[in-house]
Amino acid sequence: MHNKSVAELSRELESGQVSSVELTQQFLDRIKQEDGKYNSFITVTADQALAAAKAADKQRAAGNASPWTGVPFAHKDIFCTDGVLTTCGSKMLAHFVPPYDATVTANFRKAGAVCLGKTNMDEFAMGSSNESSYFGAVTNPWGLSKGDKRVPGGSSGGSAAAVAARLVPAATATDTGGSIRQPAALCGVTGLKPTYGRVSRYGMIAFASSLDQGGTIARSAEDNALMLNVMAGFDPKDSTSIDREVPDYTATLNEPLKGLKIGLPKEYFSDQLSPAMEQQVRDAVNEYEKLGATVKEVSLPNAKLAIAAYYVIAPAEASANLSRFDGVRYGYRCEDPKDLMDLYTRTRAEGFGAEVKRRILVGTYALSAGYFDAYYLKAQKVRRLIQQDFINAFKEVDVLMSPTTPSPAFIQGEKTSDPVTMYLEDVFTIAINLAGIPAMSVPAGFVDGLPVGLQMIGDYFSEARLLNAAHQFQQVTDWHQREPQ
Amino acid sequence: MTISRKDIEKVAVLARIRVDEEQISALEKDLGNILDLVDQLGAADTDAVEPMAHPLDAVQRLRADEVTETNQRDAFQAIAPATENGLYLVPRVIE
Repeated sequence: MHNKSVAELSRELESGQVSSVELTQQFLDRIKQEDGKYNSFITVTADQALAAAKAADKQRAAGNASPWTGVPFAHKDIFCTDGVLTTCGSKMLAHFVPPYDATVTANFRKAGAVCLGKTNMDEFAMGSSNESSYFGAVTNPWGLSKGDKRVPGGSSGGSAAAVAARLVPAATATDTGGSIRQPAALCGVTGLKPTYGRVSRYGMIAFASSLDQGGTIARSAEDNALMLNVMAGFDPKDSTSIDREVPDYTATLNEPLKGLKIGLPKEYFSDQLSPAMEQQVRDAVNEYEKLGATVKEVSLPNAKLAIAAYYVIAPAEASANLSRFDGVRYGYRCEDPKDLMDLYTRTRAEGFGAEVKRRILVGTYALSAGYFDAYYLKAQKVRRLIQQDFINAFKEVDVLMSPTTPSPAFIQGEKTSDPVTMYLEDVFTIAINLAGIPAMSVPAGFVDGLPVGLQMIGDYFSEARLLNAAHQFQQVTDWHQREPQ
Repeated sequence: MTISRKDIEKVAVLARIRVDEEQISALEKDLGNILDLVDQLGAADTDAVEPMAHPLDAVQRLRADEVTETNQRDAFQAIAPATENGLYLVPRVIE
């Protein structure tokens, strides 16, 4: 049962082969037995899940079910869940029980899906290895059989590891610089970061508001499409949400790919990439050629500036967003503050972890008097240059393909001593967030027994096209079905 | 780009984060490395480029000036560290 996709589970619930209560109990049992190895969940909501499953079974019996009614899944612990602990991986919110639902949470609730719990993540979504979580690192299910404890990627490392380990068939995630695609790649699952503004950010704890976007992690492209059907759409509660029609993302999965124009950005096939990784990605592109696609090289000349621009814009926005954690209205407060300044400074020193503090300090510096033009404004200008590269590329091709990461999952602790080494992990994903366009990571092979991700990048609002291309690839390959031993 | 001990102390006050003496040299190194990375931006010619605030150049929507929210003070204050009579409590600021 735990190997089945969302689509398959939905069909079995519809035909009455299994009830949601049975399904929910099986997955809950599996989480209990297995998650000690991975630490992919921060909170498991067994009682609420079983109650939701009972309600879902009634709904099915009454004949007004959605495809999600009774299907188990999990939320990244960044989405506010009414009455359920929401920590964002931080000591600051270690006891925060929000009095409201995020729009994404409410949408899944309305669809009748059964949330099994909240998945682990890098603190405030800042990280590429899930090692900055206050609730402990997550271990990648791949490599464990060799005795290696590898990172699952981050920041949505708990969601990716839980889906890879078959603890849930699907999990929500968020992506500010690669936080869906990089963990999806390192865990051998499929992830989608939609166009900026496609999925509501309301109730999704903010990191860098001009870059943050909610998205999906599941094993197949089809399941990602089913998730996006629930998540996408205009929300008046999010001032940057886009009011634009939402297609049925499952309706076009079976379109043929004949004539699809693929571009390979030459800057993403550089010497940062190991020959073994490059071979896997090129083999995947060859599969697309067999499906009728054509391939040409393109150039993104400003892509090399993406990490530099990101590490101004993201910390600057984070320093503003995270100023709300002041020990007054909710969240952690230090013991016995001497005065108001002591309350603020000690609450924040004790409540935030090292990486979050580094980024707040960098962001505060970049925004401080005398530096704003040299850093933030300059980065915003470079951001437009990066966007223009993509706009130009999409005049020539439909989809860009590249590796998702420069190398497969690394050993825990390997990159924690130098923040900048960790930042380079996102070298192929970060420009996409700056441009605001959608992108996926799709399993495309293995190097030394570890999964390799193919990144597929599309023009604004081309999620249906990306999902279609990924689905067709998954009809002729089985990388996405491989299970960690 | 190097960042000085004095810069770090100043930024820590602005960010309202207490930084202890023994943390400063590690921060000098880490923040210095991050700013070195960021300095690559200087190489880009951006003279005629408009800064980009939103990928789709969207602007803030306006809505009708109507009350849409209900008062949920009790629910919001139930999760506060310290409240009294509907007010948030902080250390005394006026002697």
